[in-house]
Formats: sequence, C-alpha cells, structure tokens
Amino acid sequence: MKARVHVMLKNGVLDPQGKAVENALDSLGFGGVQDVRQGKVIELTLDETDAETARTNVAQMCEKLLANTVIENYAIEIES
Amino acid sequence: MKTAVIVFPGSNCDRDAQVALRHSFGGEPVMVWHGDADMPAVDLIVVPGGFSYGDYLRSGAMAANSPIMREIVKRANAGVPVLGICNGFQILTESGLLPGALMRNADLKFVCRDVWLRVERNDTIFANRYVSNSAIRIPIAHHDGNYFADPDTLKMLQGENRIAFRYCTEDGSLSDEANPNGSIDHIAGIYNEKLNVLGMMPHPERLMDPALGGTDGLPMFEGLVEALAA
Repeated sequence: MKARVHVMLKNGVLDPQGKAVENALDSLGFGGVQDVRQGKVIELTLDETDAETARTNVAQMCEKLLANTVIENYAIEIES
Repeated sequence: MKTAVIVFPGSNCDRDAQVALRHSFGGEPVMVWHGDADMPAVDLIVVPGGFSYGDYLRSGAMAANSPIMREIVKRANAGVPVLGICNGFQILTESGLLPGALMRNADLKFVCRDVWLRVERNDTIFANRYVSNSAIRIPIAHHDGNYFADPDTLKMLQGENRIAFRYCTEDGSLSDEANPNGSIDHIAGIYNEKLNVLGMMPHPERLMDPALGGTDGLPMFEGLVEALAA
C-alpha cells in the first residue's frame, strides 16, 4: 500500500520560496499567477494493507517527523 | 566542571564549541556522538552549529530524533543547562525544548556576517556578564534563521520575558534593516521557561579571541563558568 503525504506551509506563514517562484514565472511572461505556495510530497510504501490503519500510522509519522506542525499542514492520500 | 558538545553527522561548529569550552572552562569537553543514547553527567551541554544530516527534511528535524536528543531533552527538563547555537537552535525547536520554528531567511539568501544583538535580559546563567539593553557584535552564518512563532506563542515569549537577544543596530535600536533574516519581532535567541535552555542563531563561540576579530562571545562562556560554579 502506498501513502502520499503533502506538506504545505500554513496559511499566513510567509513562503519566500513560493514568492520567488511567482516572481520568476512573472518574469518569464506567465501572467495571471495570483499566488504560488511551495511544499513537498513524500511517498511511502507500507506493509500495512488496511487503509484506515495506514492513515492513522502515517498521521503519527507526520506529527512526529514528516511535518513541523508549528509552521506546516499535512494531507494524507492512501492508494491501495 | 564538565561540559559536553554533541556531534552530529554534518556538524561543523562542534570544534569551535570545543575550543570555546576548553578556553573558558579549562577542562576538556566530552564530545558525544549523536548515535549514543547516554553520556556522562555534565554541567553544560552545547548543541553546536552546522548542517546535521544535511538539513534533510527540515533543518534540525532528523537530529531532533537522534538517540542522544532523547537524553538531552530529559536532562534539560531536569535543569541541566543546554546551549543550542545556530543548527543547535533549530534542533532544540524541532525537539520541542524551545517553541517556534526557524524558517528559510526572508530574502532566501545564506547570510554570513557579523550582526548586532541587543541583550534583552542579563539575569540568566548565559547572559550575566552582559549589560541589559546593550548591543554586542556576534557573527551569524545561516540559511534558515527566520524565527517564527504563532501569535499566542510570541505573546507568551514576550510576556514571560523569554527573548534572549534581538537583532539591532550598533546603538541597540530595532529596525527592519538590522534584521538579517526576517525573524518575527527581531528575535535572535530565546530561553525556555526555566531559563536553563538557550537557543540562538548567532555564534558566540566564534568570537572568543581578539585574533578572530572580537571577543563579544567570551562573556557568555565566562558567565556560564561563574554561574555554574556558584
């Protein structure tokens, strides 16, 4: 079973890298980009076969290591 | 008195810290490998600067979960003084010993130069040799030094007088120009609730000797020697 974790800076936390990407897109002539937020995707391959258990386990991994919940939110996708 | 410096893969200020401690405390500090789960009883633990684990995932995130950090958290909670410098500060926030987080510098640039710091209080074991509200010159060298805390946490730090140092101008005033990384409320260093843990981005251990261009870091270590001997 695979899990995909999306980690994003929380709303209201300044994302200077996203800002720089936004400016770069603008200077390349891509108009109309209102905002860019940059995050990361972490893919996990798990032994677990039960989707709900997998989700609970991955949530614990996020709380403990994969995300810093002071500044980041996470979202978990489970693919069976 | 015994001191310890924690060594992670990717630490690069561990030997600066070692020299600073040898210089001030006299004895030889114990160099403790991150993979060790235990260490001798010591009077001061320094978590040094560098790029532990290559800053993988987030600066300090991997180191915060290393075996030795569990022991350091235990000792810090029992009152043992812990000084986290630069990457050490990042590790202490990631481990939960200090609140908030260190984010990418606001201008995205690695910044390596001397800055001025305002000493916010001097009634601590770390700052007793400094004068409150005076400005001291200390080097910084980091990419992720932009201190962030949510509004409630910031209010708590301010209310409990737990801000140790703020970035300032040479005359001690606060301005955005004097803030090298975008840190909220100009914060360069903070204490834990019991004041036995200090995390700071600037490097006092790098300015201990006139031959290195200044001595404003020396009073921190001399003050620790005096406070811990008492």
